[in-house]
Amino acid sequence: MRTSRRSFLKTAALGAGAAIAAPYGFVRTIDQAWGAQSWIKKGEPIKIGLLFSLSGGLAVPEEDSTLVMQYAIDEINKAGGVAGMPLEPVIVDAKSDFKVYSEKTKELILRNKVVSIFGCYTSASRKAILPTVMAQDHLLYYPTCYEGAECTQNTICTGPLANQHSKDLIPYMVQQFGKKVFFVGSNYVWPKESNKNAKIWLEKAGGELLGEEYIPLGGSEFGPVLNKIRDAKPNFIFSTVVGASDIAFHKQFKQEGFKVDSMPIASLTTGEIETRAMGNEFGAGHFLSAPYFQALDTPTNHKFVEGFLKSKYGKNGTTHYNMEETYLSAYVFKYGLEKAIKAVGIDGITPRVIRDHSAGIRVEDDVSPEGLIWIDDQNFNCWLKPKIGQCQADGSFKIVKAADTQVAPDPYSIYPDIGKCTADGLKGPDGKLRKSVI
Amino acid sequence: MAVGSFFGSFDWSAFLNALILGVSIASIWLIAALGLTIIYGTAGVINMAHGEFIMLGAYSSYMLQNYVGLPFFLCVPAAFVIVALVGLILERGLIRYLYKRPLDTLLATFGVSLVLMQGVRLIFGSDPKYLAVPPIFTSNFQLGFVNISAFRVIVLGITIALVVALWALFYRTRFGVQVRAVMQDKEMAASFGINSDRVYMLTFAIGAGLAGIAGSLFGVLNIVLPTMGTGYVVQAFLVVVVGGGTLAGSVIAGGATGELQSVFAYFTNDTFARFMLYVLIVVFLRIRPQGLFAPSAKRR
Repeated sequence: MRTSRRSFLKTAALGAGAAIAAPYGFVRTIDQAWGAQSWIKKGEPIKIGLLFSLSGGLAVPEEDSTLVMQYAIDEINKAGGVAGMPLEPVIVDAKSDFKVYSEKTKELILRNKVVSIFGCYTSASRKAILPTVMAQDHLLYYPTCYEGAECTQNTICTGPLANQHSKDLIPYMVQQFGKKVFFVGSNYVWPKESNKNAKIWLEKAGGELLGEEYIPLGGSEFGPVLNKIRDAKPNFIFSTVVGASDIAFHKQFKQEGFKVDSMPIASLTTGEIETRAMGNEFGAGHFLSAPYFQALDTPTNHKFVEGFLKSKYGKNGTTHYNMEETYLSAYVFKYGLEKAIKAVGIDGITPRVIRDHSAGIRVEDDVSPEGLIWIDDQNFNCWLKPKIGQCQADGSFKIVKAADTQVAPDPYSIYPDIGKCTADGLKGPDGKLRKSVI
Repeated sequence: MAVGSFFGSFDWSAFLNALILGVSIASIWLIAALGLTIIYGTAGVINMAHGEFIMLGAYSSYMLQNYVGLPFFLCVPAAFVIVALVGLILERGLIRYLYKRPLDTLLATFGVSLVLMQGVRLIFGSDPKYLAVPPIFTSNFQLGFVNISAFRVIVLGITIALVVALWALFYRTRFGVQVRAVMQDKEMAASFGINSDRVYMLTFAIGAGLAGIAGSLFGVLNIVLPTMGTGYVVQAFLVVVVGGGTLAGSVIAGGATGELQSVFAYFTNDTFARFMLYVLIVVFLRIRPQGLFAPSAKRR
């Protein structure tokens, strides 16, 4: 049959329509399949996805996250698993590429049928996968610090929010070293939002902001910034520089003749692993605010540090705050799932049910290396105690201040006009509820 | 800080410091670009693995320091030798088959860069490594209001020494005459008895070795990571392209870009400085696509 121009166009249009409609049809059938079949089956391993980068620029922190998750899973399985069923990790490499993050998320949910995903280290990758997670009404455990200003019904975060992170650090530094401060950060969303928070604490503490500079992500030339700091003569520097840049920053700080005694860097990121990479002499004397330090002197932490470093996952030789927050997420998952199974039975478990039953989940002192934390029953972030540590000559941190009580997480602390994050969505001042806000 | 108050507080000492820093930034850009200049200028190979040669330089210094116990100032020349050998093997095994297809070298060397990056990650792991230097390198000089770190002075000194050495090699030795002859016309040079194959091989090795030196210095300024080279390779290409692929061109292009980066960053901020610099480079290349000092020889 000879194809006329008209019939060709018709077929092409039909084909195109089918191609557009196909993915939706596919998703719907899968949805129906899910309705019939439960996420976990009695006596079978519970699958969870570990979505971290094992190669590329983000591999340094995220490889540790994968290792510590495997450690936590082993520990949970040895103690009998969750409701008698062992956890089975599905480990994927996100390759530090945001496209891969979102592809692998789909794969984990649709093909591997994991019941929860643990993953991401940067806000950029989290924002890349959240649309998929929310569309499937799935569950993401985001195990590190972030800036807040999100209210989804599909995320549980075990790290500090911007409103918890610098709350004690800024007043402490103003009190110890003086009022004048200079902000330095990497040029992306988390440092900028963190600095907005820090400015509020700074104003309350009576401090004075002399300047604010941002360095491109991965940039290694701090000469111009350090020259400006030299001219401004602040009492201390508040840093939200991340990753490799942070190491270059601390090195050049000393190489340019700055003295840590008279102008220390108060950082939200420079932990044990960064100090090891830059060399102890470049890290000594500076400050870090984090909920966890390897040097925390509690029996639970000693057990965690020794157990982890001795295990086959402890090859990098240190524990740090990001690892510990990831470790906690495994237990938050375990407790949440146990509570959910008790409430609705094994057949009723869906990712969303686990999330709803995770409200108020507590990880007690005898499990949590950083001490008792609990999940907020409205915004599903973490109540925790931020601590301030000073880096010592041997690269370990000495805790100089710990909050008396757990600080409440508030993702919209600096945007009260937008609303308050509740369990069902973002409640605006006009009383309207908005779901899945990112 | 308002713009008005910023210009109101303009003072010459800070500006002078920015100019001096500019010289230092220029030397960093230039030393990263030197090896690439030679390889591109002589053989016309677009070497995407240049950043990974820099990374190998840093890792070979780390290796020698941690496993052999070599002091840092000996690690620098040793890095030259090691990375030059890697370059030599690469040239003999792969690049020499691609001289007639310059665009294919781009893909091939990009593949090599991935192989090197992942290979180093397999051997050393992806956690950052630490390169120790003597304490005098981690201090600074202060002359009146002028401040500069000792290590930046050292980088500047090594850069100047390398430029002089390269100039002497290319313009004062028999080998240099051969290299320039091959650059101008490979067939004609070959008909006069110059072994162009050997010339290409040696220049590629020297270029790789220079990247090794740069890497061992950057490991101190920055961080030793499998991915550390990717940040420098863009800068290096900019310098080479703006300079036109000649040594003099790279020196001037490196100097100008480093200085502009520092001065723009002084008046505004680092991010905006980069933006301005790249816009200027695009405009410049629109007007003068062959670069500052393009070799007057027949184009390949």
